[in-house]
Amino acid sequence: MRRLMFLIPLVLFLGLAGWFAVRLKQIDRGDTPDRLPSVMIDKPVPAFDLPPLVEGQPGVASTGLADGKVRLVNFWASWCAPCRAEHPILMRLAGQGVDIRGIDYKDKAADGQAILARDGNPYAAVAMDQSGRTAIDFGVYGVPETYVIDRQGRIRYRQVGPITPQDLQTRILPLINELSK
Amino acid sequence: MRRVLSGVALAVLLLSGPMAHAVQPDEMLPDPALEARARGLSKDLRCLVCQNQSIDDSDAPLARDLRLLLRERLVKGDSDAQAVAFLTDRYGDYVLLRPPVRPATYLLWFGPFALLLAGGAILLWRGRRGGADAAAPLTAPLTAEEKAQLAVLMRDGDEGKGRP
Repeated sequence: MRRLMFLIPLVLFLGLAGWFAVRLKQIDRGDTPDRLPSVMIDKPVPAFDLPPLVEGQPGVASTGLADGKVRLVNFWASWCAPCRAEHPILMRLAGQGVDIRGIDYKDKAADGQAILARDGNPYAAVAMDQSGRTAIDFGVYGVPETYVIDRQGRIRYRQVGPITPQDLQTRILPLINELSK
Repeated sequence: MRRVLSGVALAVLLLSGPMAHAVQPDEMLPDPALEARARGLSKDLRCLVCQNQSIDDSDAPLARDLRLLLRERLVKGDSDAQAVAFLTDRYGDYVLLRPPVRPATYLLWFGPFALLLAGGAILLWRGRRGGADAAAPLTAPLTAEEKAQLAVLMRDGDEGKGRP
């Protein structure tokens, strides 16, 4: 019994080391401690009706998001560098026929329009949230953030930060396929 | 004199640090009572961008938006709890710098006390057991054998005088 007591630190150490190894793996896959869980998951999108950014396109409203189609809602801004990094992926998704609704967060209309004119517009519709209130209703704490909205208009997934090709393959595309069935 | 002055300047600088706040004059409510409530609440609300500052301390644009939103709710007649619930409905318990006591946070709140109790219990247990073992030999008179050993030791000590 006495002798076994000396094993306690070793066992504690192995347990701790094992836990660190698990967390390091998770962080490696993008599950970092600053990634906050969303309380909006499985809840309907908050009510909003925002004016269009691009002339000739409609704005984005919550009522239009529950019409039986799976969609992405992407919060972005012209002043946001990670949004530029994410942009080619959104273009590719749009090319594959994914319906993406953009919300230009706290931006000048001219700046937002200029970026879309220069880099291309992946959005089926894109609106301006100049007060940032709709973003707060979604629980956004920084752009870019992307939400997967199911057929009934409920939020099913939140991507914090730019969508990486890995996020796309392992989480977002499989979820879209599953929800579209 | 210069040294005194620079010392005073440094002291003023150091002391003024913690009193600086991010709240801008244009955000403040005209009603001092409501403003005081808003300040009190925002000290316990986390800025989600900086994550370890309260929205009262943070200069982040989102913190400003949340401060304004909080004041709007209070002006509309929300109670403190309702105004805070408005934010936790969107951002979860994470916006609260003081985590609420609920099963998921029991370990956080009561863990340290549990450890303290466990440590205390182990100390008590060990102390009592050690005492029981040691008590008898300490109070009993020396046996003949022990007396002989002691005599040898005392003699050795005398012979060893002068040695280090």
